[in-house]
Amino acid sequence: MNEYLSLSLILFTIGAVGVLVRRNAIVVFMCIELMLNATNLAFVSFSRQHGNLDGQVAAFFVMVVAAAEVVVGLAIIVSIYRTRRSASVDDASLLKS
Amino acid sequence: MFDLQWLLIAVPLISGLGLLVWGKEADAFGHLIATAASVFSFIFGVVLFADLMGSEATDRSHTANLFTWIDAGRFHVDMSFTFDQLSGLFVLLITGVGTLIHIYSIGYMEHDERRRRFFSFLNIFIAAMLTLVLASDYLVLFLGWEGVGLASYLLIGFWQHKDSAAAAAKKAFVVNRVGDVGMALAIMTMFAQFGTSSIAAVNGAIPGASASVATALGLLLLLGACGKSAQVPLQSWLLDAMEGPTPVSALIHAATMVTAGVYLVVRSAGIYDASEAARTAVIIVGLVTLLAGAWIGCTKDDIKKALAGSTMSQIGYMMLAAGLGPAGYAFAIFHLITHGFFKANMFLGAGSVMHGTNDDVNMRHYGALRAAMPITFVTFGLGYLAIIGFPGTAGFFSKDKIIEAAFGHSFWVGLGTLVGAGVTAFYMTRLMTLTFFGEKRWLDDVHPHESPKVMTYPLIALGALSVLGGALIFGNWIPEWLEPVVGHAEHHELGIPVWAMTLIITAVAACGVAVGVLLYRRDVAAETPADSSVSIFTRAGRNELYGNQINDAVVVRPTMHLTRFLVWLDAKGVDGFVTGMADRLGDTSQFLRKPQTGHVRSYAATLFGGALVVVLALLAVTLA
Repeated sequence: MNEYLSLSLILFTIGAVGVLVRRNAIVVFMCIELMLNATNLAFVSFSRQHGNLDGQVAAFFVMVVAAAEVVVGLAIIVSIYRTRRSASVDDASLLKS
Repeated sequence: MFDLQWLLIAVPLISGLGLLVWGKEADAFGHLIATAASVFSFIFGVVLFADLMGSEATDRSHTANLFTWIDAGRFHVDMSFTFDQLSGLFVLLITGVGTLIHIYSIGYMEHDERRRRFFSFLNIFIAAMLTLVLASDYLVLFLGWEGVGLASYLLIGFWQHKDSAAAAAKKAFVVNRVGDVGMALAIMTMFAQFGTSSIAAVNGAIPGASASVATALGLLLLLGACGKSAQVPLQSWLLDAMEGPTPVSALIHAATMVTAGVYLVVRSAGIYDASEAARTAVIIVGLVTLLAGAWIGCTKDDIKKALAGSTMSQIGYMMLAAGLGPAGYAFAIFHLITHGFFKANMFLGAGSVMHGTNDDVNMRHYGALRAAMPITFVTFGLGYLAIIGFPGTAGFFSKDKIIEAAFGHSFWVGLGTLVGAGVTAFYMTRLMTLTFFGEKRWLDDVHPHESPKVMTYPLIALGALSVLGGALIFGNWIPEWLEPVVGHAEHHELGIPVWAMTLIITAVAACGVAVGVLLYRRDVAAETPADSSVSIFTRAGRNELYGNQINDAVVVRPTMHLTRFLVWLDAKGVDGFVTGMADRLGDTSQFLRKPQTGHVRSYAATLFGGALVVVLALLAVTLA
């Protein structure tokens, strides 16, 4: 049991660090997916441990939301790349006055 | 018929308001409508007065209740009017002199493009003044009182393009407000004490009330009277009011409105009879004003201001007479009426002179006008004889009666009025000599000429009245006529016979005339001597006895300081608090703005930090 949770923690940490330090929007995006999947793993593990299906249901919800998010997010990244010729998240800082 | 007395007021009021809203088409004939309205009121007034004279002495007061004006709990005010011996005389004076001045104004204002508006204001004035004298409730009287104040304001500032006229109008309005505070407080006191403000009821209830109530009411009403009648200490507006067109000065600021204070005192006879202190205050105010006005009249070179000083002085006589109690009320009204005739006559005469000299008001630019303006000269001369008290003229009878009554009251008050008579003779002679006699001192482009007939006929009528008005006293008519209203005029025995008294008064006036002729017969400078080259008395008179400076020091400047303090308090205190709050909020948002860098990763870091804090907090709560 602890192994699963440790893996989940490690994956989440890798994802979090990736979001914070990487500049490429695609990589940041993949790191977010990594974090989502780490939580999925934790959900499933707890589901198994408690012997009910609540955690698995939550994991399915996360997958559905993640899929929808990928669609929107990738579309945004692609359109930003088309207009700015760059996928760096630091370049897209126009909201700053 | 007396039920219709409201028509006296309604006709000029409707005509005045109608002309205001009618528009340009009425420019051609508006003055005729206004004059017709005034003539109607005069004729109707004469009819009512004749009816009154034909009635029994006990049946000469007719009150007509038009409608209930205010009915709130215990407070009940009727819009009712009383036509009696006193208000009847006033109706005749107001509409009679008013009509003559309407006619005169047709000529005087002929070239003014706003003549229709001028006539509309005149009509509103007539309506308000009639409301004042016909009212049978102090609150209705107050309505007319404020109405004449409004008309006075509008007409003083009629040539509003002149800064001085606009300022004079404002000054008159503000000074009158001071007096109105007294009026308002008096009416409130009446209601608090007697539960009514009806003139008859209040004056009837006075004997049952305490003496202090009568004194308080008397002093408060006197304050109101001082404001309206330009008596010391609220006299300063009258001389500035001469900025208005001359017919206005004649009608409002000589013959009628400024005498409203005297009317108020006489109408409140019940109150003043009950309070020795209030009567003494009225006498003091009258005596001071009569001497101060005469002093100012001696020194002004502006013909209208010299006449205004004289008006102040003559109203001082009336006030003083009214303050003498039953012995003087009738003579105050008598002098008020004769003064209305001769002073309106002289103001209109001055207007006629100005009309012929390109609106120059400086008497030093006149001289020898008697040949150029014979009718103006003769009519003005009749007014002059009346005011100095030339035997046989109206002023001779009315002023003598006041001086006799004053001597009957006390020697020193009588002496003051006697000195005033001498000074009056002096300054009027000065005015007369400077204007009509001596050598020509005309400015180069001035060609004096007689005024048109529409202006000279009213002058002739008023000139005749100035002489014949004295007939009212024959057979002791006026004291007996007014006796039911103001009480019996008991006769004081003087130490010397009446004919000797008359002789003394006439001799004093003759001395004044002689001094005036000697000083101003010839060798008059064509320009006003500088203030530094004249005596200290002349300088004080020219500066209106420093009334404006005193007002400035006592009222205006402290008020300015208070205002400045309040402005400071508002800017620094109230505004400071509000803008300070906004500034602090701005600072805070500037601080919060710093983290908004636009960098996605810094937002993400904040997010993680926040989530971490929440998780740790949850853990801390759970584990604890």
